[in-house]
Amino acid sequence: MLTNEEVRSKVLDIIADIALDDDVTGIKDEVSLREQLDLDSMDFLDIVMELKKRHKIEVPQEDYTRLASMQSCVEYLAPKFNS
Amino acid sequence: MNKMVDTIIIGAGMSGLAAGIRLSMYNKKILILEKHSISGGLNSYYSRGKRKFDVGLHALTNFVGPNQRGKPFNKLMKQLRIPYEEFKIHPQSHSLIQFPDQTLKFTNEIDFFIEEIRTHFPDEIDGFISLLNHIKNFNEVDLSNEVIMAKIVVRNFIKSEALVEMIFCPLLIYGSAWENDMDFSQFVIMFKSIFLEGFGRPEGGVRTIIDLLLKRLDTCGGEILFKTEVSRIISKDGVVVGVEINGSEIIECNSILSSMGLPETMSVLDAQLDYSPRTGNLSFTESIIITDKKPKDLGIDATIIFYNNRPTYLYQRPQTLFDHQSAVVCFPNNFLHDDFDEGVLRVTNIANFELWNQELLLSKVGYNEKKLDVYNHGLSILKNCGMSSNFEVKFKDIFTPTTVKKYTNHFNGAVYGSIDKSRNGTTPIAGLYICGTDQGFLGIVGSMLSGISMANLHVLQSAL
Ligand SMILES: Cc1cc2nc3c(=O)[nH]c(=O)nc-3n(C[C@H](O)[C@H](O)[C@H](O)COP(=O)(O)OP(=O)(O)OC[C@H]3O[C@@H](n4cnc5c(N)ncnc54)[C@H](O)[C@@H]3O)c2cc1C
Repeated sequence: MLTNEEVRSKVLDIIADIALDDDVTGIKDEVSLREQLDLDSMDFLDIVMELKKRHKIEVPQEDYTRLASMQSCVEYLAPKFNS
Repeated sequence: MNKMVDTIIIGAGMSGLAAGIRLSMYNKKILILEKHSISGGLNSYYSRGKRKFDVGLHALTNFVGPNQRGKPFNKLMKQLRIPYEEFKIHPQSHSLIQFPDQTLKFTNEIDFFIEEIRTHFPDEIDGFISLLNHIKNFNEVDLSNEVIMAKIVVRNFIKSEALVEMIFCPLLIYGSAWENDMDFSQFVIMFKSIFLEGFGRPEGGVRTIIDLLLKRLDTCGGEILFKTEVSRIISKDGVVVGVEINGSEIIECNSILSSMGLPETMSVLDAQLDYSPRTGNLSFTESIIITDKKPKDLGIDATIIFYNNRPTYLYQRPQTLFDHQSAVVCFPNNFLHDDFDEGVLRVTNIANFELWNQELLLSKVGYNEKKLDVYNHGLSILKNCGMSSNFEVKFKDIFTPTTVKKYTNHFNGAVYGSIDKSRNGTTPIAGLYICGTDQGFLGIVGSMLSGISMANLHVLQSAL
């Protein structure tokens, strides 16, 4: 069973690898990722691809909006990490 | 049993390598098939004696600093996970658009160009600023943009035909498959990449880019076969099933990304279709001249000179072997970092493939004499650009449209490919996609972006 904190840290690892040039340590959980980082739709595709590659988690296209902020990522992904 | 992979990529040019990295990064089993014995395609390299030469690469367009978010070059690096610094790119000094009556200078700072226009075309400055705003707010990469001719749009802002011609000159020769005009979206891509972003050159030239891409591909587990020509694309009931290589072996696959060009791809497809994209007409000759003195010691500090000796700029297939009145002249020594011990001069002219091909078929001796004409003419253009003739030529090499055809297999040696593009990359055959030149994003940065976006769109996203 992963705690929300552990899920957050796994998502953060992915984002840190994608947003190579951004500092991800100060990300605010409730603010949208796009507002804080240099991420575009190509990068969101990469977050989804990395989730699949590293954790075998599938995110269907209609659920992309659930990845908007760190908080919504954790809410959406925690059950998937733990199933 | 035939060999089987997820995706076959045809061509190890910039677009094929970038696509290969993206797909193998996400565990797709890919195979890049390249006819030539090395990578790079239109943008490759060779050596003569101890000297190393680049074939394409005058300058990398889209130059921006590492922290400029959301710009094409930085997007590209991010998608490939190659850190910006590894490209070791150094900016240009400045470039010139040299016409008979006027010369405009530009740098990587648009404000400099605005001031040039204010000085040389004071009546046009307001129009130019409005044009800039229109360009900045235009989404040029929206694949659903309708096709409109760029000169029509630009004339709404700029009244002086002389200025219109001068603005179009570098944009056409650095990125138009069409003669004398281009689609407005392509115009905006080129305008941003040259005037709003700018020119740079990686230390070590094109080899630096290719080596980085190959290293990254290898890390991701992607595979390339050289000296491997796709001789047939095999389809069944309108769906791709594989390729035949070197006229014998068959490799099966679920999809193909082809960077060989649209008409070229269709020519090896086994199905008979009522679809025949046209071959492009624009090719080049280039003289590469090595001198004992550097351009700076001969009075030239520009990086690139877009030279045109007519009131209008004729960007079209010439009726002669090559166009005598216009050229792009590149001085690779004049980037902020200079890689070379000697002077390097490159003069590129628009050329006619058919005429060169006839010369070659007629006699190799005659062909070589004509190449010498190109070179001698290049020397006189250098003089017209204000370069002193007080130098000694240590080495020279000249390539023609037939050379381009020989090494890249693009029909007519058409450097910017077909005049028919497949903007969304699809073809009438399911699973067969176009990337690179004939998807429509041109140049080094453009073709890499094309490879990435086609790999994303047609392979990664469709697998979700
Ligand atoms: C003289 C010159 C100067 C240039 N200067 C610049 C510049 O300064 N800045 C810039 O940005 N761009 C420049 N370019 C343009 C740039 O090089 C190209 O736009 C870009 O490299 C195109 O890449 P690509 O991957 O689309 O196609 P290509 O490079 O053409 O790649 C296609 C590959 O497919 C291979 N192939 C073809 N047929 C087959 C087959 N049947 N089987 C297997 N393999 C096959 C070819 O060998 C080739 O390697 C220049 C080009 C030239 C020729």
